[in-house]
Amino acid sequence: MQVYDAVIIGAGPAGLAAAIQCRENNLNVVVLDEYPKAGGRLLGQLYQEPDGTWWNGIEESKALETKAEQLDTDIRLGVSVHHIETLDNQFVVHTKKENFTTKNVIIATGAAESPVPVPGWTLPGVMSIGAAQVMTNVHRVKVGEKGIIVGINVLSAAIAQELHLAGIELHSMVLPAKHIISGEQANPRKVIDDLSRVAHLAPSKFIQFGSKFAKYKWAQNLALQFYPKNGIKMWEMPIHLRKAIKQINGTEKVESVTLVDVTADGEIVEHSEEEVQVDFVCIAGGLYPLAELAAVVGCPFQYSEELGGHVPIHNERMETPIPGIYVAGNITGIESAKVAREQGIVAGLSIAKKESDSPDIIEEKLQTAIENVKATRKAATIQFHPNIPEGRANVSAAFSKIIDEQKTETTKEKIS
Amino acid sequence: MNNRIENHPILGELEKRKKVTFQFDGKSYEGYEGDTIAAALLANGIRTLRKHEESGNPRGIYCNIGHCYECRVTVDGETNVRACLTPIKENMVVESGKVQPSPLDPSKENIPRTYAEYMEMEGEK
Repeated sequence: MQVYDAVIIGAGPAGLAAAIQCRENNLNVVVLDEYPKAGGRLLGQLYQEPDGTWWNGIEESKALETKAEQLDTDIRLGVSVHHIETLDNQFVVHTKKENFTTKNVIIATGAAESPVPVPGWTLPGVMSIGAAQVMTNVHRVKVGEKGIIVGINVLSAAIAQELHLAGIELHSMVLPAKHIISGEQANPRKVIDDLSRVAHLAPSKFIQFGSKFAKYKWAQNLALQFYPKNGIKMWEMPIHLRKAIKQINGTEKVESVTLVDVTADGEIVEHSEEEVQVDFVCIAGGLYPLAELAAVVGCPFQYSEELGGHVPIHNERMETPIPGIYVAGNITGIESAKVAREQGIVAGLSIAKKESDSPDIIEEKLQTAIENVKATRKAATIQFHPNIPEGRANVSAAFSKIIDEQKTETTKEKIS
Repeated sequence: MNNRIENHPILGELEKRKKVTFQFDGKSYEGYEGDTIAAALLANGIRTLRKHEESGNPRGIYCNIGHCYECRVTVDGETNVRACLTPIKENMVVESGKVQPSPLDPSKENIPRTYAEYMEMEGEK
């Protein structure tokens, strides 16, 4: 039976970068991904950097895939992993097709989108904002003739621009109506606060929009009180902080949406209903780490608002408290693909060090890679949360605490 | 019908790919090599991939990357295949998800749906 040095789950920027490091150190690895193309969600990304160049996810994915292939990396696409079994010093990764026995596992499963239920949201034509991104940039198929985006955040702003580039007409971006699930996403005050961070999306018009008002609380209040009735336009599309979606209408598919005016606190203004004809609706509820496989294998978790949800506890070497289980990319917290790629390098080197006869040489590279993660984080064009470093520090502290407790346990056992 | 984005200012012209013919609910459609079932059908103007098993409400893609399972269809006899992850193949036979017999449909028979309802019904006896 073949025993791999590492099974890498996820062929996105983190997984591919990890695989490249493993292969460069002659490790026997296999990369698994259920999507038919390598690159993960990096594939759909397309935005302009502050220096004017374009970040093209398809090209970036291709570069990683090509490098991995040059190193004879075994990449299996269309393979869904559903379980990781723990044996003595080994793991068995269960897929729909076959099982893989391995000494180490890197879980690089990325993120998923949080849904925001709206009455009528099961109609064909309603999709997550990420679905529209993939259909547009990866499959090059129009999601509809005219649509509307529900949810105003960093991700939806970036994808709205991508839809605009592809010639897809958008009526506007609006908030979800206030209810128990939409929570803060339906609060204009919270949203305008978040939008100040999209000023990083230079050189887009969001700078003018975000940085003008958003830094000062008094200005934010004024901005909301006097928010233009027709919204503020970005990429020829109005952004409405004082309008919310009440319901999606249609029988066999989306035909229209009902919008309502909302106060600066997100309360619905009575009798303000307005019907808008659209044939698709994109729901943008934000991203959370996709971490089921880490839970299945027994990783302890910590909740971190800064990182987008519950993340498997890990250190900056991308080790989890379970020896042999590593994590990298958005499973460790919602950040840009560039950070994910650097984390993948760290995870790959951590395994290379563990399996190496001369770990000291790899340790040097590993330290550089860890520094690169931090530098990339600092320079990221798209930041999903302002306090990511704080969230990272908390998770690292949780890791140290677990390791210390384990040491204490071992010492106690020895004494007794 | 062609819902393809042929030209893109940054990504460029859509590359020429091999045509693939497949079936959906008995009708023949054309897509391109590399298309997923969901993408090929949407390019042909088809959004509805299944009816909800119980209510019969129409459903299409939601997440488009395999997480939500809203796009489940039957492919060459295999049920519950995700249309958003599965590439089309020549002569592939795809069938939309259908309404299923619903033995526990409370509208037909007086069956408790929750423990509270069960207790209530027990009380009536």
